Amino acid sequence: MLRSPRTLLSVTSAALLVAGLSACGGTTKDSNTNTGSGTQASAAADPNAALKEGLKIAFLPKQLNNPYSDVETGGGKVAVDELKGEYKLVGPNDASASSQVSYINTLIQQQQDVIVVAANDPNAVCPSLNQARQAKIKVITFDSDASKDCRDAFINQATTEGIGQSLAKMALEQAGSDGGEIAVLSATPNATNQNSWIAVMKEELKKPEYAKLKLVKVAYGNDDDQKSFQEAQGLLQSYPNLKVIVAPTTVGIAAGARYISSSSYKGKVAVTGLGLPNQMREYVKDGTVTKFALWNPADIGYLAAYAGAAMASGQITGAEGEKFKAGKLGDYTIGKDGEIVLGPPTEFTKENIDQFNF
Amino acid sequence: MTAAPTTLNRPARKNPTKNLLKTRELGIVLALALLIAYTAIDNSRFLSGQSIRDNLLNTAILAVMATGQAIVVITRNIDLSVGSVLGISAFTVATMMSSNPGLPMIVAILVGLAVGAVAGLVNGVLVRFGKVPALVVTLGTLYIYRGITYSWAGGSQVNADELPRHFLTFANDSLLGIPWLVLIALVVVGAGSLMMRNYKVGRELYAMGSSPAAAELAGIKVARNLLTAFVLSGALAGLAGVLYAARFGTVDAAAGSGYELNVVAAVVVGGVAVFGGSGTVWGAALGALLLTVIGSALAVLDINQFWQQAIVGALIILAICADRLVAVRIARSLRKRDAHV
Repeated sequence: MLRSPRTLLSVTSAALLVAGLSACGGTTKDSNTNTGSGTQASAAADPNAALKEGLKIAFLPKQLNNPYSDVETGGGKVAVDELKGEYKLVGPNDASASSQVSYINTLIQQQQDVIVVAANDPNAVCPSLNQARQAKIKVITFDSDASKDCRDAFINQATTEGIGQSLAKMALEQAGSDGGEIAVLSATPNATNQNSWIAVMKEELKKPEYAKLKLVKVAYGNDDDQKSFQEAQGLLQSYPNLKVIVAPTTVGIAAGARYISSSSYKGKVAVTGLGLPNQMREYVKDGTVTKFALWNPADIGYLAAYAGAAMASGQITGAEGEKFKAGKLGDYTIGKDGEIVLGPPTEFTKENIDQFNF
Repeated sequence: MTAAPTTLNRPARKNPTKNLLKTRELGIVLALALLIAYTAIDNSRFLSGQSIRDNLLNTAILAVMATGQAIVVITRNIDLSVGSVLGISAFTVATMMSSNPGLPMIVAILVGLAVGAVAGLVNGVLVRFGKVPALVVTLGTLYIYRGITYSWAGGSQVNADELPRHFLTFANDSLLGIPWLVLIALVVVGAGSLMMRNYKVGRELYAMGSSPAAAELAGIKVARNLLTAFVLSGALAGLAGVLYAARFGTVDAAAGSGYELNVVAAVVVGGVAVFGGSGTVWGAALGALLLTVIGSALAVLDINQFWQQAIVGALIILAICADRLVAVRIARSLRKRDAHV
């Protein structure tokens, strides 16, 4: 009687222990780079065509009521107002693969000029998006790309190179002109985007202007608050001369900043990297963090609206090398596979952080 | 199992029990001392005031949860929902404090305890009256509580700048040089140990774990005691949620995911047998301290991340083997002594 439940219990708990030690995971946002060959447009571009007024531009984010998407589409609305177009926002309440399809079909019936969509699934939305394109609607993807066969252009928030360079630049600024020891606090050791950013950063550090910076260690906090705390503590004990902790993950930078702000290292060790302004506001205001970066989601929506308008007006078709002007953001050139890169990440400091809410 | 648990259940035989307790946890204390000594030789800053404070703070939350878990495991049950209870409590309290910044800390703590106690009560009722094994029930509620938090929080999170100042500083403030978090953990562990060792309900919980059938026949109010154990475990996980929110300042729906496994590991390393009926609360707290120090020591010793988890696992198994060895030896010597008496 008793033996089998006991064995079961012990086997299960042993399995739990094993699982527990490996159950650490998670990454931050992907940089959404996409490679492959392009498929492009029918009509020829006329760079001098005027931007049309009254364009119907519809935004379809991954889901409604998500604070990050709200900021993105908010930027889009600003751009549509500048363009004197008609702004429309629709979207599902859940970010499941097929939930956007019915919304796309409705937008086609409403004869929109441009659909700006963040695809929940690169393929599930494809048939509907292609129907839209057959109906002469321009399809721009942002945030997360659809398969490149079924959209006209993709707004890429940041390139791997852009982020890696920005990390190195901020590390140097924080360390000061004398340089010193810096360490990276990453997510998991096998997170693809983290590793490629760190690789670019290391390449960048080899350049002469970074000669005074010494990268002493890459630590991994597994995007877990407690583990990130412990790793930050370990870094400071192992490297007493450490000047800067660079954390390219939103969990890591917040945990690192929280730890430094509550320890005796406050003011001696700087924290920088990629973070969300809302999460970091407290530490920027208390002086623990002076600067960190992230792409500005409002600009993503803004750029997407301008790209859509330029395409609907015939200025661009989505082919590589075409140029257009995106309002306050300036001039953009379309890259390979219809990709438009937003530019270097936005830097947040004490002065500008209150303008952002995401 | 061995004679060790049965001897433990006799509060009348005070001296052997005391000796036994001393030796059972000795292995953990030795391992801890060895680890600290080794790390400190490699890097003397490991013993600096800041480092000791960090380690104690890191242990506090885990020790509070381990106390509740130890009580449940001693009754031959398990509570896997504690990580999710921490999450739901942390999010409840953080949301409440950000919309009512004037509320005093004690209200936050009471709300956390209450949320956890309700969650624990549900577990206890399902285990006792649904007659479903605790492993299955709490595995289910692990997902249910997490699901509730997800559907409530969605993608939103509560950030440090939305939380009132006194709530955040609570995690760092100290009384007579000892941080509040550590004091709370000490009180919880102390009260738990006392209850399990010296009070009737504690001894009854041990009896239930040693032999559920015999406990029922002996007239122990099994249902009431079991509910007490689960409510305590839930309430302490809820308290841990409040401490979590204060310490980390950022709370989203995923707070505390996977913590249940650390807690169970701490309890097992601390010498509480998963078959129930033996082990102590303060042993479990020592287990929590050991696991935390291992985590910090590996970071300081600059050991490759890929090896860290394997080393933690090996140390857990080592700690259990050492503990088992001690238990067997003591059981043998006790049996001899009993035979002579």
